[in-house]
Amino acid sequence: MDVQLKRGLLDVCVLAAIKDEDSYGYKIIKDIKPCIEMTESTLYTILKRLEAAHMLTVRSAEHGGRLRKYYHITDAGLRRIEDFKKEWKEIMSIYKFVIGEGETNE
Amino acid sequence: MNKQEFLSELKERLSGLPQEDVAERIGFYSEMIDDRIEEGLSEEEAVAEVGSTDDVVSQIVSELPLASLIKEKVRPRRTLRAWEIVCLILGSPIWLSLLITAFAAMLSLYVAVWSVLISLWAVGGAFVGCFIGGVLASVVFTALLENAAAGVAMLGAGILCAGLSIFTFLLCNICLKGILILTKKTFLGIKIAFVGKERAK
Repeated sequence: MDVQLKRGLLDVCVLAAIKDEDSYGYKIIKDIKPCIEMTESTLYTILKRLEAAHMLTVRSAEHGGRLRKYYHITDAGLRRIEDFKKEWKEIMSIYKFVIGEGETNE
Repeated sequence: MNKQEFLSELKERLSGLPQEDVAERIGFYSEMIDDRIEEGLSEEEAVAEVGSTDDVVSQIVSELPLASLIKEKVRPRRTLRAWEIVCLILGSPIWLSLLITAFAAMLSLYVAVWSVLISLWAVGGAFVGCFIGGVLASVVFTALLENAAAGVAMLGAGILCAGLSIFTFLLCNICLKGILILTKKTFLGIKIAFVGKERAK
C-alpha cells in the first residue's frame, strides 16, 4: 500500500481507538489488532505525531503501583475522524465507479 | 531476556539520540512490557512479544532523517577548550584530508557499482543496434544484391542479437533492484551506527 495513504489510515485508526474513552498503549494495540497489526514502535511514532498535531493529549495516571500513560482525544482529533468519514464517502464512490458498479448516466 | 536487560540494551543502542527522547521511549516500552505481564505473560514472553532490540532500533532509526542524527552526534557534549580548538585547526590539513579521502573512497566505490550497471545497459543497447542493423542488412542483401543466403544469415544474426538484448535488460533489472536494496541497507546501517553508544566515554 502507498506509504502516505497507510500513514493517514493508521492515524485515524488510533484516534478511533481512543474516541469513546481514554486508552493506553497496550490496549490500543490490542483493540486495533483485528484490523491492522501494529508494532510498538509504529504506535509510538503515531502517538507522537498526533500529540504534536494537538489531536490528542497525554496524562500519566497511577495503575497498580506504576505510572501508565493515558491518551485522550481532543476536538481536533474528533474532527479528523469526521473528515476521514467524509473523504472516504467520496473515495468509495470513485471505487464503485472504477470496478463498474456505479450509477451509469446512459 | 528479561525486562531490565531489554531496556538497558535499548538505552545503550539509542544513546546517540537526545536524552529526553530516549527516556520517553524507554518508559513507553517499559509500560508495554508491564501491561503484558499484568495480562498473565511471563516476563520473558512479554519482552519477546515487544520484539528484539534489533527490530526496535532499526524501526526507530529508519523513521529519523540522517541529518538530525548527525547533528545530535556532532554536537559537543561540552564546550571545547582553547587548546583543543587550536589543535583542531592546526591539525586540519591532516584530519580534513583523511576525512575527504575516506569519503571519496566510499563515493568512488558506489559510483563503480553503478557504472557496472550503466555498462550493462550499454551492452543491451548495442544488441538492439545489432538487431536493427541485421534486419536492414538482410533487406539490402536480399532485395538489392539478390544474395538470399547472406540475407537470411544477417536476419538470423539480427534476431539472435534481439534475444541477447532482452536477456541483458532482464539482467539489468535484477542488478538495479540489488543495488537499490544494498543502498537502503547501507544507509540504515550507517544510521544505526550513529545512534549507537560511544563506548570510549
